[in-house]
Amino acid sequence: MSTFKPRTKQELAQRVAQDIPEGAYVNLGIGQPTLVANFIPRECEVILQSENGILGMGPAPAEGEEDFDLINAGKQPVTLLKGGAFFHHADSFAMMRGGHIDICVLGAFQVSATGDLANWSTGEESSIPAVGGAMDLAVGAKETWVMMDLLTKKGESKLVSACTYPLTGVGCVSRIYSDVATLTCGPQGLTVIDMVDGLDVKSLAQMIGLPVNLNA
Amino acid sequence: MINKIADTIAQAVEGTPDGATVLIGGFGTAGIPSELVDGLIDQGARDLVVVNNNAGNGEHGLAALLKAGRIRKIICSFPRQADSYVFDDLYRTKKVELELVPQGNLAERLRAAGAGVGAFFTPTGYGTLMALNADGSPKETRFINGKNYVLEYPIHGDLALIKAEAGDRWGNLIYRKAARNFGPVMAMAAHKTVASVHKIVELGELDPEAVITPGIFVSKIVLIAHKATEGGGFK
Repeated sequence: MSTFKPRTKQELAQRVAQDIPEGAYVNLGIGQPTLVANFIPRECEVILQSENGILGMGPAPAEGEEDFDLINAGKQPVTLLKGGAFFHHADSFAMMRGGHIDICVLGAFQVSATGDLANWSTGEESSIPAVGGAMDLAVGAKETWVMMDLLTKKGESKLVSACTYPLTGVGCVSRIYSDVATLTCGPQGLTVIDMVDGLDVKSLAQMIGLPVNLNA
Repeated sequence: MINKIADTIAQAVEGTPDGATVLIGGFGTAGIPSELVDGLIDQGARDLVVVNNNAGNGEHGLAALLKAGRIRKIICSFPRQADSYVFDDLYRTKKVELELVPQGNLAERLRAAGAGVGAFFTPTGYGTLMALNADGSPKETRFINGKNYVLEYPIHGDLALIKAEAGDRWGNLIYRKAARNFGPVMAMAAHKTVASVHKIVELGELDPEAVITPGIFVSKIVLIAHKATEGGGFK
């Protein structure tokens, strides 16, 4: 087994931000993906969309200046950049389903090698089901990227041959940014884009338990 | 003379029948017409089907309507929030029915109702549990131009309760920031729409280029004193 140091949450967010080109319209999911915004360079104009009707979403306001009519999908107060716009929900989701959002970054419980996504429910009887905008984003954005730790706390791979949790979308994920490697997924299976220092493809494939192709 | 201004909330929501489908605007706490929902509690209609993005926060507004036992079924995309304990209890004890709908399908089903669309094919939810009916049977699907779609039907409201910023006696509305959210599509989708506003202006004062909801979609407006929206609904 090779020795390597996984990416921290910040390093992972920075790694995702690196791949977002200037001019992109981007929706960042709740939780870890929200961190990506902190690593988009100030001089790089990327337009963030929030499902509740905001384009040009800016960072959190200074303390004392919160306006709870101006919140993100996680209901946290945000700001609006100059040039930003408000719109209603049907327009907001038309931006997703109509293929106008270039990239969405979502968290995941499981992703299959062919790009199926499971990120809304672990199917537990006692839990209250909630889906929000994840299904619309996952199938509607031009690119759906997942950001997650490769392994669960129990050490099981979240990259699987077939998801066992309820699906969010079928074949919708194109890239996985994990704490140890960046991979593409799809009909050809998994292909590695990069790995943290000290990790090799053989060890990565062992962790995942599935074949991993090297980027040609 | 057309005058859609109601003097009181009670006047605006009177006649809401038992069993009505009520569309309630808002996302988290932004755009929730809490005063109108309180008016509906006072009005007394029961056995309601309520459509909202969430399922209430804390103990007021929608949560209070739930707590009062007036809601038979809730149609929403994201009931689970840090402060949705009223819904959580009712759901777990099976005292309220839940129809979970992906948020974009919710918005589009409302828009479809308002636009007279009979049903529509959506890519959202294909191959997931959302492509099943309540009885577990599969919804109709179709393969169109290389992509799979699910057939979804409109959601018509008997009553919509929405929150806007300003309006005039013809019912034209403007909104404030992201409190707009579901307001415009719900206004279209209901047989009767009541909007709370913080300001009533003379005809012609709203810039016609900036009117968001034209008065044709609005039945009544009620003036409510401005109060800053409180935070809530965190995940």
